[in-house]
Amino acid sequence: MNIEQRRKERLDRGIKVRTDGLYALMSWRELSYLTLPRLVLIVGMLTLPFIMPSMYWQRVISIVCIYALLAMSFDFLAHFVGLVSLGGALFIGVGGYLAAIMNTYFGMPPLLTIPIATVVGAGICTLFLLPCLPLRGVYFAIVSLMYPLALARVIEALDILGGTDGIMGIESFGNRWVEQYFVILMVLLFLFGARRLVNLDIGLVFRAVKDNDQAVRASGMSITFYKAVAVFIASAMGCMGGASLVHIYMWSGISLLALDFSILPIAATVIGGAGTLVGPVLGCLILVPISELLRAFGTLRIVFYSLILVAFIVFRSEGIMVYGQRKYHQFERWVKI
Amino acid sequence: MSNQPILQVQEVTKAFGGVIAVNGVTFDIFEKEILGIIGPNGSGKTTLINCVTGFINVTSGKVLFRGKNITGRPAHKIADMGITRTFQIMRPYYSLPCYKNLVIPLFSPRAKRTGGWRGGGKLGDRDTVGIDILEEIGFERDSFVPYKIASTLPTGYLKRLELARCLALKPEIIICDEIFSGLSMSEIASMVPLIERLQMDGITLIMIEHRLRELFRVSNRILVLNFGEKVIEGTPEEVMADEKVKEVYFGSEKAEEVMSHA
Repeated sequence: MNIEQRRKERLDRGIKVRTDGLYALMSWRELSYLTLPRLVLIVGMLTLPFIMPSMYWQRVISIVCIYALLAMSFDFLAHFVGLVSLGGALFIGVGGYLAAIMNTYFGMPPLLTIPIATVVGAGICTLFLLPCLPLRGVYFAIVSLMYPLALARVIEALDILGGTDGIMGIESFGNRWVEQYFVILMVLLFLFGARRLVNLDIGLVFRAVKDNDQAVRASGMSITFYKAVAVFIASAMGCMGGASLVHIYMWSGISLLALDFSILPIAATVIGGAGTLVGPVLGCLILVPISELLRAFGTLRIVFYSLILVAFIVFRSEGIMVYGQRKYHQFERWVKI
Repeated sequence: MSNQPILQVQEVTKAFGGVIAVNGVTFDIFEKEILGIIGPNGSGKTTLINCVTGFINVTSGKVLFRGKNITGRPAHKIADMGITRTFQIMRPYYSLPCYKNLVIPLFSPRAKRTGGWRGGGKLGDRDTVGIDILEEIGFERDSFVPYKIASTLPTGYLKRLELARCLALKPEIIICDEIFSGLSMSEIASMVPLIERLQMDGITLIMIEHRLRELFRVSNRILVLNFGEKVIEGTPEEVMADEKVKEVYFGSEKAEEVMSHA
């Protein structure tokens, strides 16, 4: 039998210790170590519209960004607050329909509808989900999954808000560059905002709710209140995506409440690396284009799609970003035993 | 000790379906007093504490804090009034460093009002205040213990962390649920002066405990529970001498031996 003669040793890069706080400004090397990964992401995202070959693919970029917003909201809720949300479709639907109503019935421009839909939509979603917030366990997932299904049937049955045809004639962004850069900037804004948030004191409270909600109660804080704040933040991301989506498609319909919006962000989070907030964005950058490429296979694409997912879960279950961060922050070498 | 009890528990009963876990327990506790609650396993000690702190609703009975009825209020409201508790099974925030564990209670409305432990109504930087509390409670700052992730710490520190979480709120009453259990003799020995110091600082303590020797040393009065009912309430000497306690609580002739150790 072959006995393992060596093992992998992992060492933290010494430089990492000093790149926290003000010390990072002391040398170019440390400064670049810190800023390079962020710059790559920011510059990469900003140049995306230029490197896309056709208008069709430029449209795909916008869709990627909307899914990225949803995936971030999932990752934020699941890994920093401990709420597994299947409510992506709810957020998109509420945000989308609100923007559509404000635009077509009241004639507001996208400049107004999107911020209002974000804030009001997030409020509505939070109210919807409020009853299950004091509970622990799977209830939040079930309830957040149920709402989009129920809302779609309500719109269908009562034939309100355009019924099955949806609301048409919604104003577009006017210019496809404006459209793309708007969603890209929103993704970057929410990404760095959320990363900052989870390390603030209130972010620590969110993480504490995930770790141990009873201890938070014993510290004199209402877990329902803090969960509601977190759901508001997460659904604001989703509603912003939904509002942008209806202005991109110039149409709002029942398909906004489709389960794709709930499931694909979760898949993207698994692939990208849960708990990193950047990972889900990367996951969307990979998954959504693949899903577009596979369109040629018709309904078979879901099979390929599943295979990719399974492969990722089996071979790299930690996700790309967690793997990448480890490689970036640590030396790895083989040592003889 | 003033004449007005700080906490009055009146005829508190808690039934889980047909099982009556706590049956009409009544006791008072005065300011700056240490009350020990003892009893065999399953005698309803923790359930009683859960009722007092609002973690479960009482079936009947009343809990008064400074004469004000607090029965049925949510747990965070009761903690906000200054009645804090530790958990029997420690509940630190495992993924956070120790001092960040204290940022959470320091973020609460009560800590903002009171300024946290030792704070004179003004709360400084939460990280610093947290580290100060930890140092006072026995985390050696020099060995970087306060900066370690909570999941890497041994039980002794986690028990202290539970206590620190209560202290961060600047509490009036701390209810310690088996704070000595799982600790080594030396860890207990260093914990006892800490408890005594808290009493001197004006905190009222309720201690549920199985370590009788240490408990009898620190507490002013002892309450004995059995099958959810109060057996006796009195000073440690009275309780030790009581025949009913020996019979009900310790059971057999072994009682003599146990009590002589305590």
